[in-house]
Amino acid sequence: MTTVSMTVNGKQVSADIAPNTLLVQFIRENLRLTGTHVGCDTSQCGACTVHVDGDSVKACTMLAVQAEGADVTTIEGLAQNGELHPMQAAFKENHGLQCGFCTPGMIMSAVDLVKRNPNPSEETIRTELEGNICRCTGYHNIVKSVKAAAENMGG
Amino acid sequence: MYSFDYERPSGINEAVSAIGEDDKFLAGGQTLLPTLKLRLAQADKLVDLGGIAELKGISVNDSEVTIGAMTRHVDVADSADVKSAIPALSFLASHIGDAQVRNRGTIGGSISNNDPAADYPAALLGLGATVHTNKRSISADDFFVDLFETALEEDELVTKVTFPIPEKAGYAKFPNPASRYALTGVFVAKTANGVRVAVTGAGTCVFRQTDMEAALSSNFAADAISGIKTESSGLSADIHASAEYRANLISVMAARAVKAAS
Repeated sequence: MTTVSMTVNGKQVSADIAPNTLLVQFIRENLRLTGTHVGCDTSQCGACTVHVDGDSVKACTMLAVQAEGADVTTIEGLAQNGELHPMQAAFKENHGLQCGFCTPGMIMSAVDLVKRNPNPSEETIRTELEGNICRCTGYHNIVKSVKAAAENMGG
Repeated sequence: MYSFDYERPSGINEAVSAIGEDDKFLAGGQTLLPTLKLRLAQADKLVDLGGIAELKGISVNDSEVTIGAMTRHVDVADSADVKSAIPALSFLASHIGDAQVRNRGTIGGSISNNDPAADYPAALLGLGATVHTNKRSISADDFFVDLFETALEEDELVTKVTFPIPEKAGYAKFPNPASRYALTGVFVAKTANGVRVAVTGAGTCVFRQTDMEAALSSNFAADAISGIKTESSGLSADIHASAEYRANLISVMAARAVKAAS
């Protein structure tokens, strides 16, 4: 067992875990933050995307011990004071989700995307979301949601 | 995943002395972790290189771009210095995997793994780069040996890669639509020591297309290689593409790379 400490959604957390614990397991099973989903578990679908020190990463392809000392944000950490994050609000407004399984990962990727590209074109959005798969194939409204959110976020 | 021990050293020497016969260095983990999860690989101990500051960073002078082994793809893709010195290298890094992979994956991890369809090996071989390790310097021509095989010894660690700045260079790949690995990718460079053409994804290991190099040496234009075919025997064939298809892609991607060269 190894002790790991990190900040998750602004809270300091620490636990004794086996070194082969994935970051997504740590988030879901130790912290009980089940908004981060495990879809493929083979680093392809992006449903498990979280932010580590501000960058989107697939939490199924990172060990929890690699996040030692890091600042982690999950989907639960986006809303502030009961107000949805503009990206969450835009997904709701534009019907950016169907079954909703890929949504937490899509939103976390999209927030990072808009941070790097404040005024993204449709093509940029589609390219930047290559690492996220929607099994409902609801991409059209996902792209529309990201575009709307980027505009609302002042891009 | 089988269980393993874990160490996170803060220096190169410490990392090298921590590594034993059945242990593995962990760089960005974007290949190693999925491989461990599928139990295609097993390690007694992972030695995480993520805490070694001296392995990270990019520096550029008049003649060379130097990239630390633990520098992430996103950092190479976004570096203004790399964009201005070798735009093709920044372009290549920005097309590896997807955004999340680029936020974790590193150049040292990519080249040490030497996946036959990885992008970076084409840049190293195409630019005539030098791989620096804790023990020695190895030219890209000698570094990539065969399928997932490099010149690295068991306890040898890549510390940085130096790329001579070419007159111009270009990269074009046909990505596998699912994985974004290169079904075939071609890196062309016009350098002080002649033209180099490196092909990844088409064979078991990155290789140079010498007929194209000769033709481009006398005329660095897409037309100069329009009639040059690559023999398909020995090229890879799988459910994604036949050897003949890959042979044809070499010509198509090489022409696009020459046109894109800047």
